[in-house]
Amino acid sequence: MSTLSIDHVSRWFGNVVAVNDVTMTIGPGVTGLLGPNGAGKSTLINMMGGFLAPSTGTVTLDGQPVWRNEQIYKQIGIVPEREAMYDFLTGREFVVANAELHGLGAKAAARALATVEMEYAQDRKISTYSKGMRQRVKMASALVHDPSLLLLDEPFNGMDPRQRMQLMDLLRRMGAEGRTVLFSSHILEEVEQLASHIEVIVAGRHAASGDFRRIRRLMTDRPHRYLVRSSDDRTLAAALIADPSTAGIEVDLAEGALRIQAVDFGRFTALLPKVAREHGIRLLTVSPSDESLESVFSYLVAA
Amino acid sequence: MYDPTVARLTYRGLLGRRRALVLGALPVLLIVISAVVRALTGADDQVAHDVLGGFALATMVPIIGVIAGTGAIGPEIDDGSVVYLLAKPVKRPTIIFTKLIVAIAVTMAFSALPTFVAGMILNGNGQQIAVAYTVAALVASIAYAALFLLLGTVSRHAVVFGLVYALVWEALFGSLVSGARTLSVQQWALAVAHKVSDSSLVTSDVKLPTATVLLVVVTVAATWYAGRKLRTLTLAGEE
Repeated sequence: MSTLSIDHVSRWFGNVVAVNDVTMTIGPGVTGLLGPNGAGKSTLINMMGGFLAPSTGTVTLDGQPVWRNEQIYKQIGIVPEREAMYDFLTGREFVVANAELHGLGAKAAARALATVEMEYAQDRKISTYSKGMRQRVKMASALVHDPSLLLLDEPFNGMDPRQRMQLMDLLRRMGAEGRTVLFSSHILEEVEQLASHIEVIVAGRHAASGDFRRIRRLMTDRPHRYLVRSSDDRTLAAALIADPSTAGIEVDLAEGALRIQAVDFGRFTALLPKVAREHGIRLLTVSPSDESLESVFSYLVAA
Repeated sequence: MYDPTVARLTYRGLLGRRRALVLGALPVLLIVISAVVRALTGADDQVAHDVLGGFALATMVPIIGVIAGTGAIGPEIDDGSVVYLLAKPVKRPTIIFTKLIVAIAVTMAFSALPTFVAGMILNGNGQQIAVAYTVAALVASIAYAALFLLLGTVSRHAVVFGLVYALVWEALFGSLVSGARTLSVQQWALAVAHKVSDSSLVTSDVKLPTATVLLVVVTVAATWYAGRKLRTLTLAGEE
């Protein structure tokens, strides 16, 4: 059982602040590190893995500093986001080399390859592997020494749905065994399926922490915003505002469109086409203006 | 201090890619040139001295040193695969020292060995010229490997800087500006070669004690600093 503590950690590159005063504790089980692209997740994971010094603050694993401490890697397994991994070796040679660097042998490597179900392709060169196979061999190299902390940077990137399911099962199992598993992702659905506990990073700041459902509810409590263009904006606006699913409508003259805030997502999406048909109005554009993960996160930051 | 797994990965990285072709091209060229020269001029000590000093030691050894020294670590840092070495309970100086040994061995194999063969072809080791330049190549291999391994650790443009050093500083400045010769691995190696072989044709502008001290200091300092840099190597994210 290991606990990773991030204490008032900031990291800047020149004038750019990538991670801003983040404090969090990652305990046993699966934790998702969620945030839009460029939010600082990789920077944070690099600091957790000891590959980047915090500009201020400390990262410790069970009280031991992670930075400039090679011995800490006896307890940490790392699955980096980058693809490069000694492509001239076979999968087996690669995992055996990783085992040897931990002072272990071929037996540990064979066990790790079996865990990720890669025995069938272990004697093929890594350069011939698909993305999912590479990811699994990376997993095997990270698991070879039976670490108590597993750090995975965007592990599902580029995987097909089947491979994704397999890796999720494996990570769930690791978490259930009492390991501390932290993975980063910018895809809400991935995190939803795998982690009950999440840490949210937005623009380098720690935006939210805790149970996924609670945070998701916080997100859905916010009104949904739509931009609608129609053949008769004002008639449509009048008809929509009469229904309780709509909280507010603004006529945007510059855009020639309506900006609608809907509080009941399900009811509104059924209401809009119905109202349009009843009044003989043609809908020209209906586009959600805040569905992106980033705008959902910005609610969290503001919350 | 020496890790066989790190060594194996480094050897395979160095000798398995296109680098092996580049590493092999210059020695082959040296031997071909030597054979042609011998056929045209016969065994001539001065010609042997010119070919081995002008091409083998001044050009081939540093270029092989650049390829082996920077190639022992640079590509891994560039593509990020070095993370698999760094995320292990292995001391960073051990990684650097192991890579240095590999870089030295490869540089020696691809430079000193062909230099000896070329020397034997050119004049059959007359006036100990083949032996002298082989010793010079062996000595220079150590210093070059250490210098260029450091360069590969600190810079993403290590090959370019290495080639500029090898070709502009060693080959050009070294032959034009006398002061530059004091700070030239080639001259240090020649000082050692002169002492070992006692060849009157192989001489150096640097005295042996100075050369020895400089060789040791440069090799040790470069290796120590590379180990230190690797300890704080930052693998920035792709964001």
